[in-house]
Amino acid sequence: MGTRKGMEVSIGIAEAAMMANVDVIPAYPITPQTHIVEHLAELVADGHLDAEFVPVESEHSAMSAACGSMAAGARTFTATASQGLALMHEILFIASGMRLPIVMAVANRALSAPISIWNDHGDVMAERDTGWLQVFVENGQEAYDHVLWCHRVAEDHDVLLPIMLNFDGFILSHVVEPIEVWSPEEVKQFLPDYVPPYRLDVDNPWTFGAVGIPDIYAETRMAHNEALTDSQKVMEKAWNELSEVVGRKYHAVESYKTDDADIVFLIMGSVAETCMTACDQLREAGKKAGVVRIRMWRPFPFAEIAKELGGRKVVVAVDRALSTGGCGGPMASEVKGALYHLDKRPQVIEFIAGLGGRDITIGDFMDMYDKGVAVASGGALPRYELLGVRA
Amino acid sequence: MSSLPGWKALPPGCPVQEPLSAHKNHTGSWRSERPLWNHDHCVKCGVCDMFCPEACIKANAEGFYLANLDYCKGCGICMMECPTQCISMKQEEE
Amino acid sequence: MSSELTNVFAAKMLPQAELFSPGHRACQGCAPALAMRFMLKALGPDTIICNSTGCIEIISSSYPESAWGVPWIHVAFENSAAVASGVEAGLKAMMRKGRIPERKITVLAQAGDGGSMDIGLQAISGALERGHDMIYMCYDNEAYMNTGIQRSSGTPYGAATTTSPAGKHSFGQSTWKKSFAEIAVAHHIPYVATASVSYPFDFMEKLKKAAAVKGPALIHVFAPCPTGWRCASNVAVRLGRLAVQTAAFPLYEVVDGRFRITQNVPHLKPLKLYLQPQGRYRHLTDDQIEYLQAELRKRYAALVARAEATQE
Repeated sequence: MGTRKGMEVSIGIAEAAMMANVDVIPAYPITPQTHIVEHLAELVADGHLDAEFVPVESEHSAMSAACGSMAAGARTFTATASQGLALMHEILFIASGMRLPIVMAVANRALSAPISIWNDHGDVMAERDTGWLQVFVENGQEAYDHVLWCHRVAEDHDVLLPIMLNFDGFILSHVVEPIEVWSPEEVKQFLPDYVPPYRLDVDNPWTFGAVGIPDIYAETRMAHNEALTDSQKVMEKAWNELSEVVGRKYHAVESYKTDDADIVFLIMGSVAETCMTACDQLREAGKKAGVVRIRMWRPFPFAEIAKELGGRKVVVAVDRALSTGGCGGPMASEVKGALYHLDKRPQVIEFIAGLGGRDITIGDFMDMYDKGVAVASGGALPRYELLGVRA
Repeated sequence: MSSLPGWKALPPGCPVQEPLSAHKNHTGSWRSERPLWNHDHCVKCGVCDMFCPEACIKANAEGFYLANLDYCKGCGICMMECPTQCISMKQEEE
Repeated sequence: MSSELTNVFAAKMLPQAELFSPGHRACQGCAPALAMRFMLKALGPDTIICNSTGCIEIISSSYPESAWGVPWIHVAFENSAAVASGVEAGLKAMMRKGRIPERKITVLAQAGDGGSMDIGLQAISGALERGHDMIYMCYDNEAYMNTGIQRSSGTPYGAATTTSPAGKHSFGQSTWKKSFAEIAVAHHIPYVATASVSYPFDFMEKLKKAAAVKGPALIHVFAPCPTGWRCASNVAVRLGRLAVQTAAFPLYEVVDGRFRITQNVPHLKPLKLYLQPQGRYRHLTDDQIEYLQAELRKRYAALVARAEATQE
């Protein structure tokens, strides 16, 4: 068991990257991720981490440099948010298509316009189809643990895919939390060195990024899709290994007080903790509420969602992003898609809350619960609702 | 049906694992004229080899130069650059 | 063959290995393809190439064929300099941490004029400023050739392209070619040079200097395109020579900020000799050609003066 320290979550993430002994950090600052790259620069400057800190001139170049260093065979870590993630967009598809296991922490932040530095999931929801593995964490400990876990999973030869570690900007990034740091021995036990299956090697001069003529493109996409879907096995294996080393157990989908729950909240990210507190209060008042949290976003946990939600009466889905003019909540729409084939499907009442950093309070969860109850009692199922928006 | 591999056989990221595999592509079929050397005037300087974009002009056993017709696209740079002007371009018959 | 021997200007002394294979899909008479041959003869097999999207990338890497005999990576269009920065940093870290043996490996990023002077300029600027030990090479055929001859900021004044066509209200490109090498010089890097496929030994010497220097080096190599310039397929090398001899593309190098003309042309040839074989200039009037010639000679004189000034 490691020492528990109070540290800002961003610092914790940087410390975990140091423990992972990353080789190259292509870094561009953007609120609210700046403390990660600043701390990494300090760690390298003071000799605590032997790595090349590359202060690139944009996020597009950060992701491009990450592709280069990964292809050269070096363990590569970077971080971004919002506009920076959007600027990387073109290269994200390439990083995953070229099967480069880059680890990137994303301090989830709303996208412009209007410009917002505050938290929501809009940035990562715009990157759903990039072919990256994607996970969400809820607190500082999870963030720290998952930096190491992300390298373990991404670099596994059965995976070889880049991975996004989503953690809420400001709500987590700038908050001091108690984090149990790992010892070097624990890291050594859990995370092997990166051994590239192949790399840019003058003794083995291969060509990477050739033209995907029509005769081969679909096959490469199939291979990519299958690898991404199958990576869940490696993720679960790695979560098991992690729990053996430090005792904390994570899952693709996590349930809280759902055994006998009529109405179940469905949520991702740090606000799940507020939701669980609201759930406790509802339980104290005799109401059978529960919370299902998605940790593994890509690959999408079809089996777990069907199992957890299939038999429920009502699911109260709370998205922290809006698919404008479309399905409303991206998470809700994917979950509904995952439940469509079932004979018995729950009613899914959708809320979009917390956009642009607006707090989602316990009171909000109570309201949402009541609306869920109304639907459970035969009330009409509304289209999605943007919660708490002033008329 | 394509002769390329199925998805299960593809290495991750689909790198081309055989360096210089372009040599399997015989671009000689592109040309409409071919270079001919008059070896009586060839001074074996190697300038034609040097300036060939296809890297397909090499010296024979005697040291005189000629184009590998599997690859020669018939651009005529060799003819233009030859210092003794011993190369001429001839129309392909086919 | 020893790499030092390019000091002897004999074609037959060049290294025999062809690390850029025949069978590539470049047009007949493509000078950029020729540039690739020279580049690899100068740099040898211990070279990693980071290639932008463009003519050279497309014609050399059509799966499952590759014309490359050295490790090669293509990521996107505007970012080969950033990719190379990552490769360089990765190799540096891995060698320092003992994961791969210490060894001199040349990292080279390359793109055409569009991929360098337009969309790629940011990444190049960043890579040069950060001081990565790498070479950036721009093979300049003076337009976006791979997508069908559209103008770039490397297209010269008066040249017709599909997006700067000559017409009733236009004489072709109405802006001056960016001075790409001087932009690099402004980054205070140890070595910058212009080169031409028509002066292969000068080109290869410059590549060797670029590789030997610690830190970033940039080579801007002039590489005519018969398809895009609307000329015969056999004149690319001739035109590359005329460009130098008429001051359309002077050859110089800049070592730690000191300019030196490497191909001195005391009696410049009439520009008409260079323009006349190219269809992309056929719309120019005599007056316009005269103007163009005067401007190019003025700029050449300024370059000569700068060389004299910085050599003191």
